[in-house]
Amino acid sequence: MFYREAGDFKTSYIDDGQTFPIRFDRYRFYAVLAVAFLVVPFIVGDYTANAILLPFLIYAIAAIGLNILTGYCGQVSLGTGGFMAVGAYACYKLMTAFPEVSIFIHVILSGGVTAAVGVLFGLPSLRIKGFYLAVATLAAQFFLVWLFNRVPWFYNYSASGQISAPEREVFGVAVTGPHTEAWATYLFCLVFCLGTGLVARNLTRGTLGRSWMAIRDMDIAAEIIGVNPLRAKLTAFAVSSFFVGIAGALFFAVYLGAVEVGEVFGIQKSFLVLFMIIIGGLGSIFGSFAGAAFLVLLPVILKLVGVNLLGFPTDIVAHFQLIIVGSLIILFLVLEPHGIARLWNVTREKLRLWPFPH
Amino acid sequence: MKLKLASLALGALMAAAAPALADLTIPALNYRTGPYAPSGIPYADGFSDYMTLINERDGGVGGERINVLECETAYNTEKGVECYEQTKGEGALVYIPQSTGITYQLIPKASADQIPIWSVAYGRTSAVNGKVFEWVFNLPVTYWDGASVAVKYAMEQEGGSLEGKKIALVYHNSAYGKEPIRTLEALSEKHGFELVLLPVDHPGQEQKAQWLQIRRERPDFVFMWGWGVMNQVAIQEAANIRYPMDKFIGVWWSGSEADVVPVGEGADGYKSLTFHGAGTDFPALQEIKTQVIDAGKGAGDGTKWGEVGYNKGVYTAAVVAEAIRHAQEMAGTASITPVQFRDAMETLEVTDEEFEALGLGGFAPAISLSCESHSSPRLAAVQQWDAEAGTWTLVSDYMEPDFEIVDPLIEEDSMAYADENGIELRCD
Repeated sequence: MFYREAGDFKTSYIDDGQTFPIRFDRYRFYAVLAVAFLVVPFIVGDYTANAILLPFLIYAIAAIGLNILTGYCGQVSLGTGGFMAVGAYACYKLMTAFPEVSIFIHVILSGGVTAAVGVLFGLPSLRIKGFYLAVATLAAQFFLVWLFNRVPWFYNYSASGQISAPEREVFGVAVTGPHTEAWATYLFCLVFCLGTGLVARNLTRGTLGRSWMAIRDMDIAAEIIGVNPLRAKLTAFAVSSFFVGIAGALFFAVYLGAVEVGEVFGIQKSFLVLFMIIIGGLGSIFGSFAGAAFLVLLPVILKLVGVNLLGFPTDIVAHFQLIIVGSLIILFLVLEPHGIARLWNVTREKLRLWPFPH
Repeated sequence: MKLKLASLALGALMAAAAPALADLTIPALNYRTGPYAPSGIPYADGFSDYMTLINERDGGVGGERINVLECETAYNTEKGVECYEQTKGEGALVYIPQSTGITYQLIPKASADQIPIWSVAYGRTSAVNGKVFEWVFNLPVTYWDGASVAVKYAMEQEGGSLEGKKIALVYHNSAYGKEPIRTLEALSEKHGFELVLLPVDHPGQEQKAQWLQIRRERPDFVFMWGWGVMNQVAIQEAANIRYPMDKFIGVWWSGSEADVVPVGEGADGYKSLTFHGAGTDFPALQEIKTQVIDAGKGAGDGTKWGEVGYNKGVYTAAVVAEAIRHAQEMAGTASITPVQFRDAMETLEVTDEEFEALGLGGFAPAISLSCESHSSPRLAAVQQWDAEAGTWTLVSDYMEPDFEIVDPLIEEDSMAYADENGIELRCD
């Protein structure tokens, strides 16, 4: 009944090659977009925006970025936190150096700066693979955090070493700084999230994505059939870091407003984003969203249920949160090693046959 | 996508279902978990227990019960922001962020939402300038004052001069740990001592390299701006290299039982700054013991009672309760708003007699705030650990910082903030 291609005829190549070829899928996607753009902004409150929606959207962008590198191109990276820090500091320097330029452009430029840094740290990937590459990116993580802590130029010589976002506007509405409305920050992040999602989806379906996947599946075979590993790997690093940089810039400027590099962009951030794509599904854009939703929402929901509904002490809930999230991760990986994305695909197949299971 | 939407709806529903309470709500951004829990738990217990005492004994302040809304931050700024957003809708009177990082985060947000922040001897030092920071209070003392008092104390120990001496600062490599550096640099110029900076990265379990350097450089004094597990490790390392403990002075966050007890005998003689009395020899603390902890109403298990961190919680709660009482008098109503609370904070006076009446006589020096000065009394004393008796004792009087050095720095930093954010000066 759902997800049927029967009766859904394509008369042109453009129709045939679209992102969601099944009609139901496409309408469902439009419905989600309509709700996200036309309904949510009117009902969103400060708490929902700042505790749930903004972190979800921003982590989703970071997860898409890492998924391109790790899920599509097969290069394990533990440097996500460091690259997010590059995005955040680039955004801060740009915001303070060119206050008259739109924050929109600054965020994209910060992505560009991060892409350049990412390519630099991606160079070793041409020689080393697997765990050794993970260690090399780990070095990037620690080096970048150390750098932003060590060189006062990056934080404009402020006494505390913190960076804080000044107020900036888009179309006359503040999106950074303290005087923001929940809907404005939400929409700003949503636009970036949608943009990166669409770009990523289309990149991974095209030539570039196919060359990444060829490298991931077997790099020697890919080289033999004519895929240039230098180009494939470095573009993967560049595109991935670009997205991660945008996520870092938004994380700092829109979500937190003030950032201390060691605490916010530490190694645990790298692990968090890595867990997101592992749980969500490697090599899947939807998986990036699902993983981000899982790891952002679950702790919040557990906390709300535990503290507000059941009235448990906060420390017990915090400990339970660790236990429950941890065991759910293990459970998920045992029951569905390919992540939530695969679970979703299975559901979709079932729905396609429903109500006739055979 | 469906999963996402369903969970979103669920989350929104639950946020809406949170009960709205009519009492005076004070959010407590505590951390009972994570690497900073050893420092966070005693404070959290002390704060909640004193408020419980007020509720049980007096039926609240002015007939209004005080509702302490605990929210777990794990000393993490992201969780702190979440806690802020979650609790601000419930009529929060004042935020006590319990973390310099979260304070920096909340200063612009709370100022825009018109909710006062009281950072209790942490946070942004220049918030002392009430002309710029309308909504932020930093009493009773600031990090810059602390750095200056520590230097003053060291100078007294050395017979009045630090010329040619060497002082090392072991600090948590964060906004918190970096706070005193600027003051110490200014003081080193004035008094002619050499300053050695030794950052320790979060969470601070790895300090071998720093102490190796101390062993090599042999500084005359070591100051420490540490927190949580970092304190114990530092004191242990100092004991390992046999650094003379009476030359090792921590800030007020580096001087509680949790920091010295694990080191045992080796920690004997370790000193730290403090802004309130140590021990349990105060009537209010005895009342907490009998009426709250022994009655089974304590926030924790009662083992932290009378520790330095616990007493800090009691001190904070006592001043908040006094400020509420003052606000009720000023506003003529029992259920006050955050704005009324702020106005009361700004004119708050707690004299020695009033501390005496609270059962906290001699616990802390008198407080007197004004529009210009959001910090008072800006005094700190030095306390010393006796490992055998297991007690802290004050070994100095409450000392004033070198205002000549600190105040111009405060002026400069707060004015820079005002310029950056386009704030008009008040109090004229």
